Amino acid sequence: MVETLIFQGLIGLSLAMYIWLVAAGLTLVFGVLGVLNFAHGSLYMLGAYLTETCTALLGGNFWLGLLLATIIVAVLGVGLECFFFRPMYRLPLAYQLLMTFAFVLIFDDLVKMVWGPVYRVPPTPKGLEGSLSILGRAFPVYNVFIIGLGPLVALLLWLILEKTSWGKMIRASASSREMASAIGINIKMLFTTVFAFGAWLAALGGGLSIPIRAVSPGMGTFIIIEAFVVVVIGGLGSLKGAFIGAVLIGLLEAYGTLFLPVFEMFFIFFLMAVVLIVQPGGLFGTQVSHEEA
Amino acid sequence: MKRREGSILNIILILLLLVGLALLPQVASRFSIYLTIQILLLSLLAMGFNLLFGYTGLLSFGHAAFYAIGAYAAGLILKEATPSLLLAVLVGTAVAALFSLVIGFFCVRHTKIYFSMLTLAFGMMVYSLIWKWRDVTGGDDGLIGIPRGTLSIPGLLQVNLHSMESYYYFVLIVCLLSTLFLHRLVHSSFGLILQGIRENAERVAFTGISVQHYRLLAFIISGAFAGLAGTLLPPLENTLAPAVAHWTKSAEPVLVSLLGGAQTFAGPIIGSILFLVIKESIVRHTEYWLIWFGAILLVLVLGFRGGIVGFLYENVLTRLRR
Repeated sequence: MVETLIFQGLIGLSLAMYIWLVAAGLTLVFGVLGVLNFAHGSLYMLGAYLTETCTALLGGNFWLGLLLATIIVAVLGVGLECFFFRPMYRLPLAYQLLMTFAFVLIFDDLVKMVWGPVYRVPPTPKGLEGSLSILGRAFPVYNVFIIGLGPLVALLLWLILEKTSWGKMIRASASSREMASAIGINIKMLFTTVFAFGAWLAALGGGLSIPIRAVSPGMGTFIIIEAFVVVVIGGLGSLKGAFIGAVLIGLLEAYGTLFLPVFEMFFIFFLMAVVLIVQPGGLFGTQVSHEEA
Repeated sequence: MKRREGSILNIILILLLLVGLALLPQVASRFSIYLTIQILLLSLLAMGFNLLFGYTGLLSFGHAAFYAIGAYAAGLILKEATPSLLLAVLVGTAVAALFSLVIGFFCVRHTKIYFSMLTLAFGMMVYSLIWKWRDVTGGDDGLIGIPRGTLSIPGLLQVNLHSMESYYYFVLIVCLLSTLFLHRLVHSSFGLILQGIRENAERVAFTGISVQHYRLLAFIISGAFAGLAGTLLPPLENTLAPAVAHWTKSAEPVLVSLLGGAQTFAGPIIGSILFLVIKESIVRHTEYWLIWFGAILLVLVLGFRGGIVGFLYENVLTRLRR
């Protein structure tokens, strides 16, 4: 029984790391740009498909394929921000959501057009095939790699935000856009780079997910809801919250399928609702006064 | 909101529309009637949604939940209990209203993005229950073989609705009555208070009105009409799948309300017509209709922010003033 619990926990952790990569970009973009981007899941999906294609084009080198794919998605992010998101910032919430939803529709169909509607499971990258024996059970090496990578990305993000000047500009702009602009920070440039970076993270999550989770056209709308839950539970705009939220949801999904297969999904949204009702600012977000909420 | 409903032009347009709707089955194909029923259902869902969004200023991203609750309640009654359409519609609507009361109780404490996120969470809770609770809802297989039922009031009325035409008239009457009711509602003092809350909740609160109380009432009515629209779905399709509760379905009323113009009464109706007609005409040419629809949405959001009805009103008005 204990072995099963630990084993299932490991599966939950590896699940959590994909959600974390998507949620990190989502919460970063919300914190700085103030836009909740439904299409963020579509960037994850594009990352996955492009990684598969680029890997095949580059003669089966997964890592080069992943690098190329995530760069393509980041460049796409620059285009999206400059041409479509920039005119949106002063508009009401409904229009912002609607526009990002328009991109969900467009990318969903685009992927079906280019890659076809079938499920695909690409091979595991070289060097990470096979499995370890953990507590007498086979656990894929690739999952171990993912579990290690997630916290590494978290550390990297923390270093970028705390130690680089770009990170300081991000934090300044997140706390007060006007003030940041007044002291000479190029807000336009900052927004574009943050959006592109968020897109890059989403694509990284998508690309890394393909050896385990199948590549399918519906993967974008599925992951974005998971990421929403995580970001809301952790607190909108909080990276620390997103990481802990992702681990929480990953574990909940893994143990849920073990103990309550029927109500696993229900409990995830139940948790989201409870957090919103009790503490709308999330577990690690800024306190939201009730007038504001 | 300005009172423009009294103009002669409007009355003529509405009369023409009514005559057209009444005569439709005489001239249109079976498919056109089916499409019109779909438009009516979406209009009803969107009008219910828009009472909360356009009039009260609360953007719900979980209205598919009430639509689905109405649909599943009606479907289960028709399939398992009794093939009485009227009973299914009434009970389905009541169940949806009851859920709106409970869910609304928690949601109306928040506004803006927190309200939207909370309704999304509740909506997905309902979706996951419908999807996974196989014993009751049939899980991802859904409900199949739902009879249309008969419209019967014991000792008074007995109408067979087997043909598409007769079901069309039933849906049309339900939708017209609902539209009339909602029109009266938004122009009553209740409707004005809702609009006051949308514009400035604090000021309304200072006049001694309980803002949350009114928001909750608007939420319940809104959910009940979404549920009513849902109850009309299973008799039309004879099947029901969990997708009707998914968040992408919740996006539809948002979309058509903004498409038509959320701050106008006719907006959601015009939006529904446009949405389904555009969809049908694109689907004829390509299976990838979402790309085109997404592109149209982008143009709308970047260009016509008052919605089509708002856009027309502005242009017609400025021309009349000249």
